[in-house]
Amino acid sequence: MAELTHYLILSGVLFTIGTAGVLLRRNVITVLLSIEVMLNAVNLTFIAFGHFLGSPDGQIIVFFVITVAAAEAAVGLALVIALFRHVETLNPDAFRQLRG
Amino acid sequence: MDFLTPAAIAQLGILLFVFIMLLSSAAGMVYMERKVAARIQQRMGPTLVGPYGLLQPLADIIKLAMKEHVRPGSADPILFALAPIISAATAFTAFAVVPFGAETTFFGLLDTPVPLQVADVNVAILWVFAVTSMGVYGIVLAGWSSNSKYSLLGALRSSAQMISYELSYGMALAAVLVLAGTMSIRGIVEAQSGGILDVSRWFLWLQPIGFFIFMTAGIAETNRAPFDFPEAEQELVAGYHTEYSSMSFAMFFLAEYINMVTVSAIAASLYLGGWNGPFLPEWLGWIWFLAKVGFLLFFYVWMRWTLPRYRYDQLMAFGWKFLLPLSVVNLLLTAAGVLYFGV
Amino acid sequence: MAFNLILFYLFAAIAVVTALLVVVQSNPVYSVLLLIGSFMGLAGLYVLLDAPFVAVIQIIVYAGAIMVLFLFVVMLLNAPREAAVRSRLLESAGTRVIGAILALAFAAEMAWALTRSRTLAMSAAGRPSFSVPQIGQRLFQEYAFAFEATSILILVAMVGAVTLAGRHLVKDRRSGS
Repeated sequence: MAELTHYLILSGVLFTIGTAGVLLRRNVITVLLSIEVMLNAVNLTFIAFGHFLGSPDGQIIVFFVITVAAAEAAVGLALVIALFRHVETLNPDAFRQLRG
Repeated sequence: MDFLTPAAIAQLGILLFVFIMLLSSAAGMVYMERKVAARIQQRMGPTLVGPYGLLQPLADIIKLAMKEHVRPGSADPILFALAPIISAATAFTAFAVVPFGAETTFFGLLDTPVPLQVADVNVAILWVFAVTSMGVYGIVLAGWSSNSKYSLLGALRSSAQMISYELSYGMALAAVLVLAGTMSIRGIVEAQSGGILDVSRWFLWLQPIGFFIFMTAGIAETNRAPFDFPEAEQELVAGYHTEYSSMSFAMFFLAEYINMVTVSAIAASLYLGGWNGPFLPEWLGWIWFLAKVGFLLFFYVWMRWTLPRYRYDQLMAFGWKFLLPLSVVNLLLTAAGVLYFGV
Repeated sequence: MAFNLILFYLFAAIAVVTALLVVVQSNPVYSVLLLIGSFMGLAGLYVLLDAPFVAVIQIIVYAGAIMVLFLFVVMLLNAPREAAVRSRLLESAGTRVIGAILALAFAAEMAWALTRSRTLAMSAAGRPSFSVPQIGQRLFQEYAFAFEATSILILVAMVGAVTLAGRHLVKDRRSGS
């Protein structure tokens, strides 16, 4: 039987993979995808706790997380398109005008 | 070997049976489409191959299998091979939760009754919806990986059409859920049993608008006329499957027909009462199911060869500006009716 | 019982391997498809955790709608120029190695921290599973405000996305200058 610790370690690993992607990749689309990986790790944690604590709140909060992730992906991708029209690259290092 | 109980063997048997029946239904659809199209156009259709042309699908399959498999040099090899697999796999998987008969013990051979479907999931309607949305990827990847203008345009248009009509599809499903109170398709069919001649409790009478929305959205989802602009020969050569030949093309072809069968089967289960019907005992209910699905498939073919094709902007406007508000109104009215009448 | 554990490892392996490939490999279209694979693995895990409704919702919304959006944008931006989009992982190999080591350290630290607590000795025996009507009632009673707020959030996101990516901005810029 898979215990709670199994699920928590799995979501920890997924979260780390997502964080590594956000911090290390130089392609804006991959950064957004890594953010989705992190959100999914959090969803897994919620559902695991919801199951092992016997509460439906885990599943309900996951609905909201999925909705927020959808909204954020939409706006993020719209930003990427708008930026791409200015400078035809997907490398976030190219947008440095506001650096101090 | 103790897990190979008679019930498990029966389940496996049903699985194989459903798979083979789906493949044969695709072959049968090929024949029916050509014959019905021919008669609507006042000509004969296939008559040479076999008696009344009945072996024509076999000839078509042999022809497709013997053709050379061509892949454009600049096409992405992994995605090019993956796209027809995704299309065909999702088409078959969506049918897994459709029940085609009441629980049966196969004339007493089994101890416990076995439901006549591949899997009885209690979120069955959402399963169909989920797998159908996965089918969009087969089309998008086919168009993208072919690395050709016609394919990409056809794929983008087709997938945009599919995801637009999925909304009305889902709302019509939601209205049926409100009436039935369960998401399992078997539960919905059982909620329609009884009544006068086993016909009067069909959801078709309670939800005529819903049925219209569901069938229209289903026709648009499966990219059939009058919503088949993305595959239109005159405009886009062949849309997203321009560059495909031989068995890959056969997989797309197969996927389209099986999607049609699935939509017809779901419509028959949700609105036309599934295996309920007058004059036949319950264990013969699958005959009624076949009759209803057959009628809806005939309706599909009839629509294709009668109505002219919608232009793409007309198609999208119809989906977003007419069908979606209508389906929301349908859902609201259904919910209000259930609250008021306590059905 | 062991069957449950085998399925857990299978789905967990799918989720982790595909997520790793999303981050590591360079073609954005493959990344999107691999992330869909990761969602499938996670949906399997949700079914193991007695949440089939969330599993199908995850596939419908996340894998079926959000990823289609990603795929469209990737195709739209890739179309004019192939070379500029295919980016390398990082500029130098040294950064990559250090990044991988730090990621491993972070993962180990999280695993240590998460298994520290004593209250984690919960088993799943006798846990109730929730049917869809129960979830629905809870959602629309206790969480009704949050539900309405997310619908406004989605409206705002829609308006924002259209404004940001809309063609009317491009036209004004060109005619202005």
